[in-house]
Amino acid sequence: MTLALDKPRAPRRPAARRGNFELVSWVFMRVSGLALIVLVLGHLFIMNILDGGVHRINFAFVAGRWSSPFWQVWDLLMLWLAELHGANGLRTVINDYARKDGTRFWLKIMLYVSVVLILFLGTYVIFTFDATIPTTH
Amino acid sequence: MSDSAIATEQVAPRGSRRTGTLYRGDPGMWSWVAHRITGVLTFFFLFAHVLDTALVRVSPNAYDEIIETYKTPVVNLLEVGLVGAVLYHALNGLRVLLVDFWKHGPRLQKPMLWTILGIWVVVMIPGTYFMLERTVREMFGGN
Repeated sequence: MTLALDKPRAPRRPAARRGNFELVSWVFMRVSGLALIVLVLGHLFIMNILDGGVHRINFAFVAGRWSSPFWQVWDLLMLWLAELHGANGLRTVINDYARKDGTRFWLKIMLYVSVVLILFLGTYVIFTFDATIPTTH
Repeated sequence: MSDSAIATEQVAPRGSRRTGTLYRGDPGMWSWVAHRITGVLTFFFLFAHVLDTALVRVSPNAYDEIIETYKTPVVNLLEVGLVGAVLYHALNGLRVLLVDFWKHGPRLQKPMLWTILGIWVVVMIPGTYFMLERTVREMFGGN
């Protein structure tokens, strides 16, 4: 008499990993993180510590910095890398702690909406900055 | 014997699942917890920071007005917290890279944690001084 056993393995593998998104995001976190160490720590050092720190920051200070393409590129790169690095981190946090599918879904929708808003607004501001914009009262 | 090993032995009778774990309760676990918390806080600050900087497209005085709040004592103190959080996240991120890609990384994860905490303290002492010097002087020094 033979003992009937279910097949120990499913006859076919479930749909293979859809692309390499998680691998790409893992690599992205490390590469962007390395770049952000320079970009963000440099930014914080200049803005908060060097030469009087935050007390010297005003519109004229920003205008002076963004008259240089170097700082425009610096800030644009920092904006995109930091926002995507942070968003991917928060995506992981949501995946870890949201218990219901609905909660997870809506938290991620909120996250992605905020990412699009911040990337669009930040990029727009850097590209259209106008040092001669009039003062309002 | 390290502290975590002692802790594991003391807890062991209550639940055998605690024994044999390399990770739970280890300083490495707490470094991961701190990495998450500092990361999430920094991400929320970035959201606010892009919005306040966007005021340069409204008018110079709209921007100047909001940036003045960054110079108040309470917010100034929060900036020290922000720099501390970002610095920890950066240093620990570097440690994570070394654990992932350096052949001695996993073995040295704990000494590397003490190293980055040491660097953090050494950087934060003068950093805090320069960030708060003017605020403290204006609050207590008369001018």
